[in-house]
Amino acid sequence: MSGSRIARMVLGIVFIGLLAAPLVTKRISARRAADRSKTDARTALARHGFYLQEVSQAAGINFVHQAPALDPKLDPIMPEVASMGAGVSIVDFDRDGWSDIYVTNSAIGSKNALYRNQRDGNFKDVAGELGVADVNQPGTGVSTGAVWGDYDNDGYEDLFLIKWGRPELFHNDGGHGFTRVSEQAGLPPWINANTAIWFDYDGDGLLDLFVGGYYSEDIDLWHLNTTRIMPDSFEYARNGGRKYLFHNLGNGRFEEVSAKIGINSRRWSLAAAAADLRGTGHPDLFVANDYGVSELYFNDGKRFHEVGEQTGVGFAPKSGMNAAFGDIFNQGRYSVYVSNISEDGILIQGNNLWVPKDGTEGDAIKYQNLARDFGVELGGWSFGAQFGDLNNDGTLDLYLTNGYISLDRSKSYWYDFSKVAGGNSTIIGDARNWPAFEGRSLSGYQSKRVWMNDGAGKFVDVAQAVGVNDTYDGRAVALADLWNRGALDVVVANQKGPLLVYKNTVTPENEWIEFELQGTASNRSAIGARVEMFWNGQQQVQEVSGGSGFAAENQRRLHFGLGKYPQIERAVIRWPSGKVQTIDKPAADQLHTVKEPA
Amino acid sequence: MSQPVSETAATRPPAGGWKQWVSLDNRYIAPIFITCILLAGHLSFGILESYQKTLLAIVVSIATEMVLGRIFFHKWLHPASAYITGISVGILVRSPAFWPYALCSAISIMSKYVLRVKGRHIWNPSNFGISAMLFLVPETVASLSIQWGNYLLPMVVIWILGSVIIWRLRRFHITGIYVASFIAFAFLRSWITGSPWQSEIAPITGPMYQLFIFFMITDPKTTVRSKAWQCVVVFLIALVEMVMRLQQIVYAPFYALFIVGPTAMLIEIWIDSRRASLAKAAAH
Repeated sequence: MSGSRIARMVLGIVFIGLLAAPLVTKRISARRAADRSKTDARTALARHGFYLQEVSQAAGINFVHQAPALDPKLDPIMPEVASMGAGVSIVDFDRDGWSDIYVTNSAIGSKNALYRNQRDGNFKDVAGELGVADVNQPGTGVSTGAVWGDYDNDGYEDLFLIKWGRPELFHNDGGHGFTRVSEQAGLPPWINANTAIWFDYDGDGLLDLFVGGYYSEDIDLWHLNTTRIMPDSFEYARNGGRKYLFHNLGNGRFEEVSAKIGINSRRWSLAAAAADLRGTGHPDLFVANDYGVSELYFNDGKRFHEVGEQTGVGFAPKSGMNAAFGDIFNQGRYSVYVSNISEDGILIQGNNLWVPKDGTEGDAIKYQNLARDFGVELGGWSFGAQFGDLNNDGTLDLYLTNGYISLDRSKSYWYDFSKVAGGNSTIIGDARNWPAFEGRSLSGYQSKRVWMNDGAGKFVDVAQAVGVNDTYDGRAVALADLWNRGALDVVVANQKGPLLVYKNTVTPENEWIEFELQGTASNRSAIGARVEMFWNGQQQVQEVSGGSGFAAENQRRLHFGLGKYPQIERAVIRWPSGKVQTIDKPAADQLHTVKEPA
Repeated sequence: MSQPVSETAATRPPAGGWKQWVSLDNRYIAPIFITCILLAGHLSFGILESYQKTLLAIVVSIATEMVLGRIFFHKWLHPASAYITGISVGILVRSPAFWPYALCSAISIMSKYVLRVKGRHIWNPSNFGISAMLFLVPETVASLSIQWGNYLLPMVVIWILGSVIIWRLRRFHITGIYVASFIAFAFLRSWITGSPWQSEIAPITGPMYQLFIFFMITDPKTTVRSKAWQCVVVFLIALVEMVMRLQQIVYAPFYALFIVGPTAMLIEIWIDSRRASLAKAAAH
């Protein structure tokens, strides 16, 4: 046999080996994943330190989201254009020390719900009697989310209702009812928004409000003059809704100042969150945009400066649908999680975990996407996600919901979607050019992700193992200690699906600590207050948030898992006013209510 | 993709004086063109999430070609063809991982050496590599489809530049027939499925097709020799693609070329062989 022939045979074997290698690797990975998912509650508790049990019905929550029916001109692609609106926010609206749940509905005439925590394991919908249920009336649009903040510092959390339609502000009247104050506040007549957050951008002690438009605000989705309402590009669109920053004037009125202070974008915003990323004492603003890049606005206390490209988060365009901050390495620095789309063989955008680069800080801070390295990249058609220590082991885990449109399981719209989405802007931008859905699914019936942080730089999906096996079209995720047990429960709002409440059971070996903060010089909700916990020689920072994730708001109080036998050193609170307060050796396994010192 | 060269430096008369500087060796035209597409796409739209991945694809492609060329042809091959394959893989493969870029490049180049009939390789290298990756590891790999601006101007620039270059390389008829066939079939599909005709035309206005029509289907090494048959084959590619599109196969063009291209090559090789046998018999 000649040398050339032998070489050719060897090459052939190597060639076949290379082709087969991915299949073998795939099979091994699938087997490992299957092993991880086979478990029961007791095993999950022993292996992962927690398990989740869906208890909505048992807790008296029987809410099913309804999607809007928009202008009939959009009928062929109605499942797609009416695919958002399910939102959930946690609030203690009556200040009884127990978290309540507000959930949005999106069909004209449908009712939102405010589930008052009955403190006995049950919830009761009191939205109707308190005046925040019937908010989706004809001619006013429909709800797409809600965020709570005490804008007048009277001690009670007020409600801003995000809508495709007339945005609404409801004043909380001492926990006994709500008064609609939208006109007095000076809100515009119509915004097609999916995100809003409360934050005090200028540190004046009054909560301001950011609202990110999705569809252009001059579009009434129920009465269209044109079908040219779609994005003009799948990843570079700039024909979305405008952004609003409502500066709180302190007399119940707000002034819209976005352009004046440097926020001027028409990207299709889906999520926003604010946190002090540079240690300046001013909250910076992160905006995740569909059909384009994310935007990061540095805040100098007076003006915002868009630094997406400069910091690295705003270069590769994807389909941003979530913005959540978490100190995942216990280093006192926030990473940002942005969800995107991944569909096998068609579109692998991958979610982004923006981690601050070592050696960069302040205005020169740079971020790198380490989602793949940490195992939180692929989550299907991802939507809402939140960081929280689900097993109280001292590191932040990540809960992600997903699934876009679940209709006929056997038929997919992906072919038509990819066909049009890649086409010229004149084609993609007109709803008439999109093929009809005809009952097909688009990334539907997807498995959720519960990524457990192993503390060593890897997240492992344990969703199936810990009891999260629903396949609804998830949108919003909110975390809260609903039953004051020192465990973070998970509430998930699903598009055209039920509101799910996953009650968390955590191994008692792991300890925890919670902080309920009350601002005095700072805003009363203490949004923007930052707590840094020091224990066992490590630290973790968390910040009180006025909205994060997708169409969601977590509980106001901050929850830290501490692991076994924690040696707590101190908690350092930096209030939005700039005051710094240190609590030495706060006791574990209890809630600490802290008022900002005078 | 391989190098669409019909005329090489060796066969052209030498140019003298200033012409020597402005008249570019045809071997470099395609690499320069595809590099321009890459740079324009990235600088204007950021199509590459990572320079490193594209670089990895190019390096693996060239390295594989160098090594295999040395082993099997006992010489260092010109890297232009491997460069095009590598850069095509870098543009067309979309994966968050690094290994698919290296694997796809390696498979693409190796296919030229393994899958040979009568001394000719029958698959367009990058078409083979990308099709294999999409088929084998769809959970990790997708192809460029929507990660580019949906605006007309960049496409018009690519169409004009690409057409001029392909014309110069005397392969414009292949691209022209394919585009005409695609458009005709788009209307036919629209009539059959009831989808808006704009949605059926849409894919060819996207970035993936620009590489497909200017580089893949025109590859001289993996197309039949006769101009008339080239037209027939490219028409058949469009036809098979249409059938696949009716089955809602997202990467129909890749798969159509994957099937039709080698089939046409095999038929040509068989005909050549038969003719040679007949000629030999007649001579005796």
